[in-house]
Amino acid sequence: MTFNRRTFLGTGVAVAASLSAPMVMGAGKPRVVVIGGGAGGATAARYIAKGSQGAIDVTLVEPTRSYYTCFFSNLYIGGFRELSSIAHSYGKLASDYGINVVHDWAVGIDRDAKTVSLAGGGSLPYDRLILSPGIDFVDGAVPGWDVSAQNRMPHAYKAGSQSELLKAQIEAMPQGGTFAMVAPPNPFRCPPGPYERISMVAHVLKEKNPTAKIIVADPKPKFSKMALFQEGWGNHYDGMIDWIGPDFGGGNVEVNPDEMTVSIDGEVTKVDVCNVIPAMKAGRICELAGITEGNWAPVSGHTMQSRMDENIHVLGDACAQGDMPKSGFSANSQAKVAAMAVRGALTDSKVFPAKFSNTCWSLIGTGDGVKVGATYEATDEKIAKVDGFISATGEDAELREATFEESLGWYAGITSDMFG
Amino acid sequence: MRRLGGVILAWGVLFGAAQAEETATAIGDTDRGERLFQQKCGSCHMVGEGAKHGTGPHLNNIFDRKIAQFGDFLYSEGIYRARRDGMVWDLDNLDAYLTNPKVLVSGTNMDFRGLAKPEDRGDILAFLRGYSSSPQDIPEAAPTALKQDEELSPEILAIVGDPDYGEYLSTECTTCHQLTGDYDGIPVITGWYEEDFVLAMHAYKRKLRPHPVMQMMASRLSDEEIAALAAYFGTFE
Repeated sequence: MTFNRRTFLGTGVAVAASLSAPMVMGAGKPRVVVIGGGAGGATAARYIAKGSQGAIDVTLVEPTRSYYTCFFSNLYIGGFRELSSIAHSYGKLASDYGINVVHDWAVGIDRDAKTVSLAGGGSLPYDRLILSPGIDFVDGAVPGWDVSAQNRMPHAYKAGSQSELLKAQIEAMPQGGTFAMVAPPNPFRCPPGPYERISMVAHVLKEKNPTAKIIVADPKPKFSKMALFQEGWGNHYDGMIDWIGPDFGGGNVEVNPDEMTVSIDGEVTKVDVCNVIPAMKAGRICELAGITEGNWAPVSGHTMQSRMDENIHVLGDACAQGDMPKSGFSANSQAKVAAMAVRGALTDSKVFPAKFSNTCWSLIGTGDGVKVGATYEATDEKIAKVDGFISATGEDAELREATFEESLGWYAGITSDMFG
Repeated sequence: MRRLGGVILAWGVLFGAAQAEETATAIGDTDRGERLFQQKCGSCHMVGEGAKHGTGPHLNNIFDRKIAQFGDFLYSEGIYRARRDGMVWDLDNLDAYLTNPKVLVSGTNMDFRGLAKPEDRGDILAFLRGYSSSPQDIPEAAPTALKQDEELSPEILAIVGDPDYGEYLSTECTTCHQLTGDYDGIPVITGWYEEDFVLAMHAYKRKLRPHPVMQMMASRLSDEEIAALAAYFGTFE
């Protein structure tokens, strides 16, 4: 790789050289196009626009006018949040930061011409492109399921109407009915997400349908916060949740949406609600851009630049970067490093060494919050974990309540960091 | 230009002339570690897909596992005693064990002279780390690189922070703390006196203040970085 990174080199000579390096750009303002208005894209657009004070032209392409955060959508399913409280608009990014917000789908990228084509017919030129499209599902990952079955068997792993649908189905379950989840293989968006969801479903059922059963078929022997969730499930929902790991066939699953059955290791069960969370891959635009390797888009941890095109940065769930979990917090953290790198490349702004962090809060029951967090730094090979912590089992109720309160503060903080 | 000169000086102190792009230190060289593992450990231990117990237990998922967790392997009394004491195979313990097994566990059956060179141990451990959980999938999984430790120095309060650097560093804070000064469950950090801010951050860094997120965030900030943050946040009313 011969990236002309403007990363700080640590010697006075190098700094002087990098600060006085001539801009390489055409006439007029440099243009940045950001695809995807979630935790990665919205944050990157806002930080580039805010930091460059009009020196960079920023366009954000996002199909939805009202964006539902995936984080906290489980709390909506559990009845702890209104759906409207996780909806956000892009008005402030346009009015307060001068970002050109385009509500359209990006359907193609011409890397030689450096243009993005839109479903609506337009074309956007860029000097730097930021891709933060989130996830799509791997075709055929769960035999019997495809996107045409997502009404009968919702994934609810992209928030909004899918979350509403799953919540309505849970609430309509017959007394003593069965809820099944098909959990995804690694790596996937939000490692504790499926298990927080199970907690939220159990919370709803315990109140409305206490004889109902929950089955989780899981291809993974271990999952994030496993000891905390299993302890919490025992404390709050004793006997309701049956987690079936790969040793008992949890990885050998087939579904039949017409019959509403799930087959786990050949044993067929009739269920009332089936939440299928298939294996994931980078949002399809990454594939169309030709910057994926396997299911994800590999990037350099120093700048979040694609390993295949130095004019493209990939953020969040879609990128393969190393140790950071695919989470909204991670995407937000990566967006700030990318914004700094893009501003450094296109204008005179300073570039500092990349630093990243992540914390994932999960709610297990009323007032029972837990968290896991880590800090990360870039090596030439990847983004590497350097430190971390996790809530302990057996913590007292006061600490768990404080952890939950803190998660509410984080939600307010990150969404104002994304949307202004 | 005066301030720019100061910035350059601060950077030189922070990262040293040899520092290029890497900001974290790798545990070791995995390729060399694999070769060393085969030479030094491979006759007794297996690792990787399909690994089984031999003279010694297999080493898949060893990182952050409690000691002596296999019911189908017979360990020495010394190892069982270490288990009762709650020992965990973290990087420090594994490194100590590879240095000289009998120092860490008296009476261990592992008949191994130990590796005197830190580089050899680091390379083997970097290789083995690849066979334990990835933090991408399980965020609480063991680190895969080493951070640089920073020591508290008596001159910290004299450091004049660079607010531009503070502004960049602050982007990590604003994922949770709001610059508007709004409180929704996470404390307000704008408008503090610089000295109070510096003292508070160092108290987290030294783990005197209890909050784990703040301890973690502060632990990797250098004195200059804390000063820069204090300078930047101090500019808010």
